[in-house]
Amino acid sequence: MADEPLVLGIETSCDETGVGIVRGHTLLADAVASSVDTHARFGGVVPEIASRAHLEAMVPTIERALKEAGVAAFDLDGVAVTAGPGLAGALLVGVSAAKAYAYALGKPLYGVNHLASHICVDQLEHGALPEPTMALLVSGGHSSLLLAPDITADVRPLGSTIDDAAGEAFDKVARVLNLGFPGGPVIDRYAKQGDPDAIAFPRGLTGPRDAAYDFSFSGLKTAVARWIEAKRNAGEEVPVADVAASFQEAVTDVLTRKAVRACRDEGVDHLMIGGGVAANSRLRAMAEERCAAAGITLRVPRPKLCTDNGAMVAALGAEMVARNRTTSAWDLPADSSLPVTEPHVPDPSGHSHDDSRSHDHVHELSRKNLYT
Amino acid sequence: MLALDTATPAVTVALHDAEGDRTLATAHKVDARRHGELLLPCVDAVLGEAGRKLAEVTDVVVGVGPGPYTGLRVGLATAEAFAAALGQRVHGVCTLDGIAYASGLTEPFVVATDARRKEVYWARYADARTRVTDPAVDPPAEIEAAEPQIGRLPAVGAGAVLYESVFRGVRRELPADQSAAALARLAAERLARGEELLPPRPLYLRRPDARVPAGYKVVTPR
Ligand SMILES: [Zn+2]
Repeated sequence: MADEPLVLGIETSCDETGVGIVRGHTLLADAVASSVDTHARFGGVVPEIASRAHLEAMVPTIERALKEAGVAAFDLDGVAVTAGPGLAGALLVGVSAAKAYAYALGKPLYGVNHLASHICVDQLEHGALPEPTMALLVSGGHSSLLLAPDITADVRPLGSTIDDAAGEAFDKVARVLNLGFPGGPVIDRYAKQGDPDAIAFPRGLTGPRDAAYDFSFSGLKTAVARWIEAKRNAGEEVPVADVAASFQEAVTDVLTRKAVRACRDEGVDHLMIGGGVAANSRLRAMAEERCAAAGITLRVPRPKLCTDNGAMVAALGAEMVARNRTTSAWDLPADSSLPVTEPHVPDPSGHSHDDSRSHDHVHELSRKNLYT
Repeated sequence: MLALDTATPAVTVALHDAEGDRTLATAHKVDARRHGELLLPCVDAVLGEAGRKLAEVTDVVVGVGPGPYTGLRVGLATAEAFAAALGQRVHGVCTLDGIAYASGLTEPFVVATDARRKEVYWARYADARTRVTDPAVDPPAEIEAAEPQIGRLPAVGAGAVLYESVFRGVRRELPADQSAAALARLAAERLARGEELLPPRPLYLRRPDARVPAGYKVVTPR
């Protein structure tokens, strides 16, 4: 459908320079330049290295995406960019480039929320998001349960990690096992050969008095490290596959258990899982099983759309255009701690085209004001 | 010609007519923490004041630093994106050269800007158009130790003002901040002479702060 909005999206919140182009719910291009290899020897993302890499890759990646999509920049209906949250210096490269492109082409600019983009990307895979959608976002930077009655205007945080992000725990355990960085894919690989029930690692924050939707992975990480050290101190060989499988089982058990519970409690029959950890094969399998048992429809985009990318930003931008949301101002700041409750950053002096009445019914969904 | 520079605390933008050798409009704001927010509105104001459209610009000139990185990248990302979107030529000019050019000095002098962390970005010049050393970043005391004559040279730039005990020849009456109008005139002059300008790549001069983590820390209590 040619009348669906054609939007270019730019993502530079961490170590991937992503530029995506979508038409409505259709993915046309998804170009990514990653600096992950440069960070590997530091065992984590170094902000200044990431920012430098973004500047080098920014314009070439935009040009590559336009070529891949086979569209002319002047035909775009808007330019969307991650305004936050993320690394301040890294975000600023993308925001500066997006503003310049939008200004030069005379197109509307939409500064959007990175987390809401992770949810909205699923529209490229499975069509329009059900309203409301429950979303579990898990990556090296975030672990949150979000309820999204309207991805362009109403996203409510139900819970998040109180210490490490899920992906961070994978990285740290991989480091203790000397498996390198990033830890997610390599642990997933080893776990396939291991026994997930070999070692009973703790499930954080799952007691009856614990916050129902919050996560904690720091205790688990320490428990795994202690277990490995005890083996090493005893002069025994560390069963890497069993440790990986049992650790992964503990993480995915807690994530899926809490996500399914949130769906039940809120009366939501759809769960989407996004973020880099959503590529984990055990998380996908377990979520499928548990959602099926609970009568919940599971939506997980393909792995390339789960990790940080520009297509997800374009997807949310296209939804902003489709719903006639207020554009962002030319002085749009990069906000490293943009709250998840702000799916985009509208021009404070702009006139709202927000027709919120058409979505009123879903706002009443849980009859709770989750902002307070 | 549109010139912009974000390598110093100033966000400075100028629209320059190279053929007529006149500056059509300028905008200048000083706020070291808000380059990203200020630049586009400044560009918009300059074009508005001159009654021109960005698409009429044929050449974009950008200060490539040296300068504090986060701000510096705002100007470069913006200039590169303008040029890519509209098929304009984009030229880099050393930020210190712009400040030197604006001084109009005809004798040897030094330009120094604030590099934070008690250091300056600096270079020596034979006159306003001629740089004789590569841009460098150093603590002022070390510059003085290596080049004892530095205190006798005229000095311009906010770094010289800040470390007057070393840059004793500081010329406070000359502009201490970058001016995009001067940057544009300098670029136009060099292009007219058929000189090649710099690519729009940042002069960082420092390596990123990053350390390879020490070995794995044991968590078991002893
Ligand atoms: Zn992310």
